[in-house]
Amino acid sequence: MTLHARQQQAISFRGRSLLAFVLTPKAPVATWLAEMDAWLDRSPGFFNEKPVMLEISGLTIDAAAYRALIGDLARRNLRVMAVEGAAPEHLADDLPPMVSSGRPASAAALLDQSANQAARPEPRAEARPAALVIDANVRSGQSICHPEGDVTVIGSVASGAEVIAGGSIHIYGALRGRAMAGVSGAPDARIFCRKLHAEFLSIGATYKAAEHMGSLEGRSIHARLDGMKMHIVVLD
Amino acid sequence: MGRVVVVTSGKGGVGKTTSTAAIGAALAQTGQYVCVVDFDVGLRNLDLILGAERRVVYDFINVANGEAKLAQALIRDKRVDTLYLLAASQTRDKDALSEEGVARVIGELREMFDWIICDSPAGIERGATLAMRHADQAIVVTNPEVSSVRDSDRIIGLLDSKTLMAERGERMEKHLLLTRFDAGRAARGEMLSVDDVLDILSIPLLGIIPESEDVLRASNLGSPVTINSAVSAPARAYQDACRRLAGEIVPMVIPGQKRPFFARLFGRRAA
Repeated sequence: MTLHARQQQAISFRGRSLLAFVLTPKAPVATWLAEMDAWLDRSPGFFNEKPVMLEISGLTIDAAAYRALIGDLARRNLRVMAVEGAAPEHLADDLPPMVSSGRPASAAALLDQSANQAARPEPRAEARPAALVIDANVRSGQSICHPEGDVTVIGSVASGAEVIAGGSIHIYGALRGRAMAGVSGAPDARIFCRKLHAEFLSIGATYKAAEHMGSLEGRSIHARLDGMKMHIVVLD
Repeated sequence: MGRVVVVTSGKGGVGKTTSTAAIGAALAQTGQYVCVVDFDVGLRNLDLILGAERRVVYDFINVANGEAKLAQALIRDKRVDTLYLLAASQTRDKDALSEEGVARVIGELREMFDWIICDSPAGIERGATLAMRHADQAIVVTNPEVSSVRDSDRIIGLLDSKTLMAERGERMEKHLLLTRFDAGRAARGEMLSVDDVLDILSIPLLGIIPESEDVLRASNLGSPVTINSAVSAPARAYQDACRRLAGEIVPMVIPGQKRPFFARLFGRRAA
């Protein structure tokens, strides 16, 4: 959705789902910790930067011992981010929060993911701009492809050039080439231009070639989808 | 240090070679040292337009490959002694030119001349991209008709991506030279008007050269129009273009818009 007017700053929430490793400590805890140490010796740093949870519904443990367990795991660089099946005495402000909506996932999938991440350190992705602004003419033969969002051209798009956008296309000049909006499936993508001389327009899968633009030639227009039909409306 | 100017167009037959010769000669007539270089390997024409076809011994490829020295290949014009030609080979083709060879020759030419004018072949392949690669400025030659304008637009896009200046992130100065302009046909809508062309190409206008028999006559005589018929309309337009290239501000005259004598006398519009 494109916001055209800037309202007051709002907090934005997004969702994210992650796969986490679930560790299930068994009594006696000391033995389980020793086994964990052996495992960590063989694969040091395995749990670094991976989300780790504890499942303790099957473990009888008092508050102090649980707190000690969390501490022991932290000293082994295992930061527990959440706990499942905890009793009320296991929850406190400085202990991992309880979660309950986890769904089982294959550990193999998780290991694959980890292996890939270990092999190729995940690049810090810079925030990719959703809207691309081009402050120049788009020359014949050039192709602007931006499936992530809107494209705005401050200039003209020449005959023989094309603009391909995942979102809407805004051309503050003459459109003499091809414009293809909504390629990533957004049905409300639109095409705007100051002078229509386009060879070809398309929004999603619906297209219109130049021969069907007749009386709109040279006008300032706004094209949008209505179901599967393209409506071109004159702006001035 | 000389300035390298590429005369290019995309479309063939619009007047690149004619303009290279005319502008080269006009600049040399002001006393500056000018070398015109023919990049059209295999289809060379610049030597014919300059009347030097019987004096070509060594060419650009020979120098680029180290088979001859630059001084042996340069042909001095007999009419304007500060004008020199580096001809292309007729027997080989564009693949015979190597990037390193071209870079080296252009470097040598920069030391010797004030202006190096590169006559580009038509097209967008290797010959054209090599000709524009080392340029500091570009003259985009366009006829006021639709296919020439679209091809010029394409070549402008290439000037902004395939040249050394573009790779360094600098913006190349590009000038539009509108050639074979016929005011009558433009008025009747048979050809694009100056405004139409500028609207599409959006680069500054260097000059408007009118369609004229003087140009064809000059070519067949082997003399650039600025030398052969220096007072003709195209020659004067080329001279104005040279002055603008050198940075002077010269008011633009659209050819054919001056009303003929009788019409002015009797206040009627010409038919």
